[in-house]
Amino acid sequence: MKILVVDDFSTMRRIVKNLLRDLGFTNTQEADDGNTAWPMLQNGDFDFLVTDWNMPGMTGIELLQKVRSDDRLKALPVLMVTAEAKRDQIVAAAQAGVNGYVVKPFTAAALKEKIEKIFERVDAS
Amino acid sequence: MSQLERTFKAEFEKLLREKAEELQQKLDDGDLNEAVNLIQALQEARDQSLYQEVGRLTRALHGAIRNFHIDAAKSESVENISDMTDATDRLSYVVEMTEKAANKTMDIVEESIPIADTLSNHAEELKNEWQKLRNRELNADEFRELYWKIDGFFGQLDQDTKSLNSHLSNILLAQDYQDLTGQVIQKVTGLVREVEASLVDLVFMASQVESITGVAHEEEAPVEEDMHAGHGPQIAPEENENVVSGQDEVDDLLSSLGF
Repeated sequence: MKILVVDDFSTMRRIVKNLLRDLGFTNTQEADDGNTAWPMLQNGDFDFLVTDWNMPGMTGIELLQKVRSDDRLKALPVLMVTAEAKRDQIVAAAQAGVNGYVVKPFTAAALKEKIEKIFERVDAS
Repeated sequence: MSQLERTFKAEFEKLLREKAEELQQKLDDGDLNEAVNLIQALQEARDQSLYQEVGRLTRALHGAIRNFHIDAAKSESVENISDMTDATDRLSYVVEMTEKAANKTMDIVEESIPIADTLSNHAEELKNEWQKLRNRELNADEFRELYWKIDGFFGQLDQDTKSLNSHLSNILLAQDYQDLTGQVIQKVTGLVREVEASLVDLVFMASQVESITGVAHEEEAPVEEDMHAGHGPQIAPEENENVVSGQDEVDDLLSSLGF
């Protein structure tokens, strides 16, 4: 399982990576915004994308839309981990095709639950 | 507005009213000559009031600009002329400090986890063998081996708990960023508050300029929020019903959308 973690704050990437490692996912890579993430997604065989929303350059929601409109990447499971907490935004993310939405500050348990749920659904389909 | 200025404004208004009535009267009487003289007098009164107001506003503007803490004389570079640039530097310092503290804490935690894991594994192993000893399942050689294992474990326990202890106190120390950044943020908050007050003054002055010169402008259409841009963390989510207050509400919202 190869995972790309996208967040403009290196400390948050580190936290997410550590939590993922605790969940048994050790193959992770990092990008600091959508612009850096996009070529990585296209060149690498990632199985899962964890992204923040609010980033300079390309935001997480734009990255999500780009992923969904790309033939090869459109089925990639995407988890949004973000401080964005407006109802409109959550609805917009859902409409853009996000697979899970975790608001910061989050707990390890919340992240674990959402990730497991996403994979349950991916495995089932 | 000072008492003097208020009186002045009131007088100007009174004068306007009187002259306007007089003008109406003269026009009704057909005394055009006097009417034109009256208009002239009105114009002069308006000009005088305008000059007075412009003078006052210039002084006030000067004061307001001074309140923005812009001090070109003291600094060498243009970029560094105000406390606002200083505030930006201060906030960058806060980002830097918090990042350093977070990384330091995570470094120590990452160092500590394997120590705790090893201790726990060894303890588990010893516990199993100890159980065998209690059940009298060990022969003499195995007992000797366990004896030395326990001896080694005590040594390791002593060393590892000491290093865990020191790691914990280092984590504690790494939290000193809160004090330091807190002080910096409080300073910047103070500055923002002062700048806000100065801005309110400026807006008030601008509105007076508009009223006295008779400038009117159309209300600008409210700027539409950019959905893509993101708003960052919500400071008081409970006060805003458009904002969820935690993961539970996110889950409720998403499940209402069929997630």
